[in-house]
Amino acid sequence: MRRERGAWVRPLGILASLILVLNFGFPEAAPAQAKLKVGVLHIGSMTDGGYNQAHAEGIAVMKKNLPEVEVIEVENVPETADSERVMESMIKQGAKLIVAASFGYLDPTLRVAKKYPDVKFVHPAGYKRAPNLTTYWASTPEAFYLMGIAAGTTTKTNKMGFVCALPVSFFLANVNALHLGARSVNPKVETRIVFTGTFLDPGKEATATNALLDQGSDVMGMIVDSPITVVQTAEKRGAYSVGYHYLGVQKFAPKGWIGGVAFTWGGLYTRFAKQVMDGTWMSENILGSLASDMITLAPFGPAVSPEAIKMVNDVKKSFLDGKKEVFAGPIKDNKGAERVKAGEHWSTDNLGKMDWLAEGIIGQTK
Amino acid sequence: MIEPILTGLLVGSIHSGTPLLYATLSEVVGERAGIVNLGLEGVMLVGAVVGFATTALTGNAVLGVLAAALAGGLFNLFFGFLVITRRANQLASGLAMMFCGVGLSALLGVSFVGSKIKGLDEVGIPVLSDIPLAGPMFFNYDILVYLAGPIAVLVYWVLFFTRWGLSLRAVGENPTAAFAAGKNPHLRQYQALFLAGIMGGIAGAHLSIALAKTWQEWMTAGRGFIAVALVIFSKWHPLRAIFGSLLFGGAIALQLQMQAWGVPISPFLLDMLPYLLSLGVLAVWGGARRLAAPGSLGRVFQGTE
Repeated sequence: MRRERGAWVRPLGILASLILVLNFGFPEAAPAQAKLKVGVLHIGSMTDGGYNQAHAEGIAVMKKNLPEVEVIEVENVPETADSERVMESMIKQGAKLIVAASFGYLDPTLRVAKKYPDVKFVHPAGYKRAPNLTTYWASTPEAFYLMGIAAGTTTKTNKMGFVCALPVSFFLANVNALHLGARSVNPKVETRIVFTGTFLDPGKEATATNALLDQGSDVMGMIVDSPITVVQTAEKRGAYSVGYHYLGVQKFAPKGWIGGVAFTWGGLYTRFAKQVMDGTWMSENILGSLASDMITLAPFGPAVSPEAIKMVNDVKKSFLDGKKEVFAGPIKDNKGAERVKAGEHWSTDNLGKMDWLAEGIIGQTK
Repeated sequence: MIEPILTGLLVGSIHSGTPLLYATLSEVVGERAGIVNLGLEGVMLVGAVVGFATTALTGNAVLGVLAAALAGGLFNLFFGFLVITRRANQLASGLAMMFCGVGLSALLGVSFVGSKIKGLDEVGIPVLSDIPLAGPMFFNYDILVYLAGPIAVLVYWVLFFTRWGLSLRAVGENPTAAFAAGKNPHLRQYQALFLAGIMGGIAGAHLSIALAKTWQEWMTAGRGFIAVALVIFSKWHPLRAIFGSLLFGGAIALQLQMQAWGVPISPFLLDMLPYLLSLGVLAVWGGARRLAAPGSLGRVFQGTE
């Protein structure tokens, strides 16, 4: 059977050249002279309802605050040498500030930063810096502790469940904080934790939530990319939930919502852009806390009593005044070993070394 | 004490196994007609997003399932155009379709991330669901779960007890002989892929409309590829696919349940359980796989002149 090859290839060729023309042929309709170009790299999708969306919304806030700033935003950039190429292409397009919004971009960013000393770089949660690379993050255990107080007073079965992607130290710190907060008002609370081994698998998250609810948990917490599945599954079975990452999740639990912890980066990104424009930017290590604008607590749900809210606010005040520590000793881990001595506390700088779960949490970290 | 554990485990297994079963049946039908579809993951994602979007827009989950089925079928027809009419390599085209499905579903789903739907809820069968123990174990699921088993039987019947199924399998074994016997191999393969796409779409919809009731990019998380493996596991047989999907879904549910029980085993080790179990079963039960595989699987039918 003979076929006309041309008949098939030609329309494709026309289509391809059309796309090329549409992409590159016409000058950009953007403002002729932006004061600053900002390049942003996301590891996932900007609409994931979680980690990436929080960063993307922060950038959107910055754009709103500073209309003179132009943004080049790229999604789904792998944490490989590809990210270096994306950064360099942004710099060639005139970007003077690069937001490399994922942990794994750290080393690529360092390499590109060395090559382009006049471009500023910012990186979340990095532990290495350079003269033109700032690292920033916000510490969440205090916020989780406060949610724990609300959860500990609300639970009826004295059992909490937690769905967590991986046993990473910063996550364990949040789980411990939630549990310790709950125990501070209700010593009978026990917490069961299930690791799903992945940040994104809603089917598995639903099954894990059901498994925890089967064990009598009536408060669910989670650290996965999107909190929606866990919150929704808990709500359906009449359980409460504490959200993370994404404030919009509240609408999925009109009855069982306790509260939530979310990142709000808009203020910080606006400050970065302003500093670069007026020349006051400098390399630093920023660690936001409850007092900063980088963490927002979602409004409490109807299940939380006014007394509980008062307790939360009192403890919040002592955190802000520096009178209270989340991990104040004595704290034992769930194998009986003493991890924090009486009178001491596990400092925020040390969170990366937390590889244990507190007494009363049922689960394995390794 | 043992009762809630057993119930939880069984319900969890059936829930995780259902999308796997639909996906496996999809691949069985396609491969019986001689076409390996590595794009199944993409078909599921397209089904998941179209089903979710339709449910969100119309508020009708049944309509969502139907739309997902249709979308999966149409998506597979495009794959069919590549590998049947254009005679492209099946493995390469399948992988391309997988990535195409990932991207297309992400594009379609952008405005539906974070949407709230009512979804397919569990429907307790009257009287039966009130039976102690057996009631919550077997008679309180959404309709896609109830239908999964009967559909597997139906696929079995269609493939092995109808003329259409016979000619479909003939095309998968030897398209030239089927052509000589007066069948149209290309038409059969298109029909098979459409039917396969319908089930692949439903598999995705079960995840997004019934199980998780949410849309997230790439939410199938590799189930499409697990289903391709489950086809080999079930030796291209629709009824064995029920067993395979339940076993694999059950292993996922078991490892999550074991963590919730507080079994002192590393979560990393438990996460490997489904794969270890599959390896174990294959090692014990392996047997002559080659005999079960359709003869012309993966080969492009070039016509007969």
